[in-house]
Amino acid sequence: MYRTALRNVLAHKGRLLMTALAILLGTAFVSATLVFSDTLGEAMKNSYAKSYTDVSVLVTDNSAGMRFGPRGRDDAGKSEKLTDATVREIAALPGADRARGVVSGFIGVADKKGNLIGEVWSALGSNYVPDATGKDSRYPLVDGHAPAGPKEVAIDRATADKGGYHVGDTIRIASNGPAMDAKLTGIVTTDDPQITSGGTLTLMDTASAQKLLLTPGQYSSISVLAKSGTSEPALLADVTKALPKGDNFHTETGQQLTDEQTKAIAAGTDGMKTMLLVFAIISLFVSIFIIANTFTMLVAQRTKELALLRAVGASRSQVTKSVLVEALALGIGASVTGLLAGVGIGAGMQSLIHATSAGMPTGPLVIAPTTVVVTLVVGVLVTVLSAVIPAVRASRIAPVAAMSSGDQPATQKSLVVRNVIGSVITVGGLGLVVMGAATKSSSGRVPVGFGVALAMIGIFVVLPLLSRPVIALVGPLMAKLAGTPGKLARRNAVRNPRRTAATAAALTIGLTLVTGLTVLGASITDMVDKAVTSSMKADYDITTATGGLTPELATAIGKAPGVAVASPVNKAYSEFNGHSHSVFGIDAAGFEQLVQPKMLSGSASALKQGQILVDDSMAKKENLAVGSTVKVSFPEHEGTITVGGVYEGNAMISEVVMANTDLAKHDSATYLSDVLVKGTDGASPALKQSIKDATGNNPVVQVKTKQDMRDEFNKIITFALNMMYGLLGMAVVIAVIGVINTLAMSVFERKREIGMLRAIGLDRRGIKRMVRLESVVISLFGAVIGVALGTFAAWAVNRTLTSSLPTLSTVIPYGQLLLFLALAGLVGLFAALWPARQASKLDILTSIKTD
Amino acid sequence: MTTTSAYAVQTGQAAARATGLNKVYGEGETRVVALDNVSVVFPQGEFTAIMGPSGSGKSTLMHCMAGLDTVSSGSSMIGQTELVGLKDKQLTKLRRDHIGFIFQAFNLLPTLTALENITLPMDIAGRKVDKAWLDRVVDTVGLSGRLSHRPSQLSGGQQQRVACARALAGKPDIIFADEPTGNLDSRSGAEILSFLRNSVRELGQTVVMVTHDPVAASYADRVVFLADGRIVDELIAPTADSVLDRMRRFDAKGRTS
Repeated sequence: MYRTALRNVLAHKGRLLMTALAILLGTAFVSATLVFSDTLGEAMKNSYAKSYTDVSVLVTDNSAGMRFGPRGRDDAGKSEKLTDATVREIAALPGADRARGVVSGFIGVADKKGNLIGEVWSALGSNYVPDATGKDSRYPLVDGHAPAGPKEVAIDRATADKGGYHVGDTIRIASNGPAMDAKLTGIVTTDDPQITSGGTLTLMDTASAQKLLLTPGQYSSISVLAKSGTSEPALLADVTKALPKGDNFHTETGQQLTDEQTKAIAAGTDGMKTMLLVFAIISLFVSIFIIANTFTMLVAQRTKELALLRAVGASRSQVTKSVLVEALALGIGASVTGLLAGVGIGAGMQSLIHATSAGMPTGPLVIAPTTVVVTLVVGVLVTVLSAVIPAVRASRIAPVAAMSSGDQPATQKSLVVRNVIGSVITVGGLGLVVMGAATKSSSGRVPVGFGVALAMIGIFVVLPLLSRPVIALVGPLMAKLAGTPGKLARRNAVRNPRRTAATAAALTIGLTLVTGLTVLGASITDMVDKAVTSSMKADYDITTATGGLTPELATAIGKAPGVAVASPVNKAYSEFNGHSHSVFGIDAAGFEQLVQPKMLSGSASALKQGQILVDDSMAKKENLAVGSTVKVSFPEHEGTITVGGVYEGNAMISEVVMANTDLAKHDSATYLSDVLVKGTDGASPALKQSIKDATGNNPVVQVKTKQDMRDEFNKIITFALNMMYGLLGMAVVIAVIGVINTLAMSVFERKREIGMLRAIGLDRRGIKRMVRLESVVISLFGAVIGVALGTFAAWAVNRTLTSSLPTLSTVIPYGQLLLFLALAGLVGLFAALWPARQASKLDILTSIKTD
Repeated sequence: MTTTSAYAVQTGQAAARATGLNKVYGEGETRVVALDNVSVVFPQGEFTAIMGPSGSGKSTLMHCMAGLDTVSSGSSMIGQTELVGLKDKQLTKLRRDHIGFIFQAFNLLPTLTALENITLPMDIAGRKVDKAWLDRVVDTVGLSGRLSHRPSQLSGGQQQRVACARALAGKPDIIFADEPTGNLDSRSGAEILSFLRNSVRELGQTVVMVTHDPVAASYADRVVFLADGRIVDELIAPTADSVLDRMRRFDAKGRTS
């Protein structure tokens, strides 16, 4: 019996090829994900392990470098600091070999065009500590000499190469203050992973670094190396005792630091692994439909053969088992190949990443035992489980079927039960979604998520039912455009609704997800667009990449030539009627020229009278209207403030608008986030340059127009969407394989029909067209359902988000969705290339021969 | 049996004509001559049966003359069109516009109704259906009430009648039928054969039928006998008995030689 099963696999290897390919791709995705993330994690761990080799204990001052304390700038400077005295004291400890005072903070390097090299978050400034020979072992010099004095710096080699700088050049650097020019005296190397992975390093002598980044004489941290024989914990205890009083100091051993880093890396790679695995699972889920479809078709084609087995004495369970053994053999074969392919892909990705971003650490390929086990088990299980229903169906074939000479497979089982069950599930799912969406709050997310999943399952169940009416819609069009082949193609597409549905379902899954993401992305982009266009009247918005601006910088920008109106924007959280609300502080004089929220009642000019403006959601929450008074807390006393107007809230201007002068009166914990500027002649390159000049050409300062802000946001959304599209691509590829598979099997089954058509006068082109059109129709069917389902799901998700994003409304990007449908049609055409060729090449005489 | 000219006598305009037709399969040791210098004429308005033992080449002759198979040498014509040397595309068009086919089984597309199956060749060609002619054909084969049925809702005999109607509907120059009654019970078979004969007598069609059943052959106006790839005899106005008798002589000759 089992020998029969295995022979069947070999005999039908051509017909199983596509199915094997689907399983192979799914398992390859799984194993590639595991291999790649394990390898990357291991490589990062190895690379970062270097960073603490000369650190036994690290003391960090958490408040160092912060311009403001937690309650405003007055707090800063009150607490104890790490000073030269502390360093000397720690170095003198019996267990300490040496101690190094470290200054660190943000120093960015501008390239020759004035733009920042690298990313802001990895632009590091530190101190160069020469030993007796004038060198610093932590940063070996490759060229030039150590920096000395406030106007000299050394930078790392990669940064120097990127900027095209050589020793002796003058380079522009920026910290949180204004930008400045410095002489490049030396180029160093380092094995600090933050730098080797693409960061920039700027070194100054200790005193200059302290002056620029902290306060004179202060260190951000002290790294201590233990004498041999002294344990890290023992040294830690000694160091802790030697520290000045203060809760802003944090001490850790080198081992602890390494452990933490390992954990952080693992968390990072685990996150990536989980995300990739989700997409791998989607791909595998898609292949379930293909495997089940293949075995259903194989069993139908072999009805006579299986009936003969039953007739000569095989029991039902033996027939079931023989089909399952066939699936098992296929699953094992395809999964092993998939595993190997995945390891290959993982290795390829590793070298690809190494080639494209040189900073990323690399290491030997890690093939964990779990990778092997998980891949094989998942691949084999998916294959065998998918074959269960066809296998059971095979066992129901009556022995007498062996004798029948009918060409047609037995009449199909009625779909009534299936349709009823599917409809109930679909309606239930849709009901849940509508219910969840109606709550318009985050509490609706569970029913929506559950409902979408349920509706999807239900739709898949009723897909055979849907196939006839949906495909009938395009029928007349096809007959008109493609004549008889078109008509035949449409009839063929619906002649076996189960098969059509299973084939289309694979595409539906991919299209549902792609459409859902696209609609969500479009809705969010539109929300931001509206916020920017409806509320920004300013020509430029000036921010810094590092965070806030200094008041001096804001004043300087206001005085730049060509600036008509400018105002700093201060952000704060304040208590109104005892509840904390976000405040948008702006100069009352410039408000109406720079910002234009849509006023619902009252007037924007009320700001000048010391009144506040609130948005509609805040007005509703606190029950406010024009003229109401609100309790506000001032540092010294409680007071009240009058509401002068209500505006339509948006993502840019949060709950309360207050004049800067009023805001300063009662809250010192503000954060100068932006400066808004309107030019005398509108936005122009000259004005932009003028603003840049006013900031001392600081590479950290960003001068952005409305369009820039929109583009920047769109870039993030587009990047996220493209990544998802790419990952979902695998699911689509598998779906295409499914279409190829179904068509190839159908062509095989309909050999005689095709032969007859050829005999009575349909030419090869007509046959090809017939197969291609069938493929296009099936693909479009799957895509249309997917687009509809995805749009619906995105709408539901949007509704649950409206509580936190009141201006979010569902935007349907018709152009893009039509593009998806067009692509699905193309995919169908592509999938039919090979089967259509096969069909047109069939020999008439051999095809019509009766057996 | 050396002169073949006796079988090429024209009684009217030729619907199809083969001259010196050869069909050889394989090379060297495995060389098989399926058709050996066959010349035959199928006159218009005649019902011809081709008979012969298995492997005599009767199906091959039909396939070659119907443009379904290629010949090794010789000439094969449908009306005034020479088939030899035609490209696949031209052959397909010729079959579509000038030839009707009835096969032993699997004549119909299961997705189309009876009527759609009947008009399929015209639909493929994009030709208008001659309504009056179609009604007459449908009447003749007795399918009027079943035109909207799918093949799966029809009996084997009914299916084969649909196939007959399809072959007739396009008014082809010639109809080739390959064992059209092979899969039918004797009553349905007799019906089909009557239709074929009527289509020749009453509708003026030309039919060539391959069969190994003497009773089926007796419906024809003439029977052509093939053996070992050659035409060996013919019978005009055959009866089942005369055909059977002739066949027996083959057997005897086959055994003694």
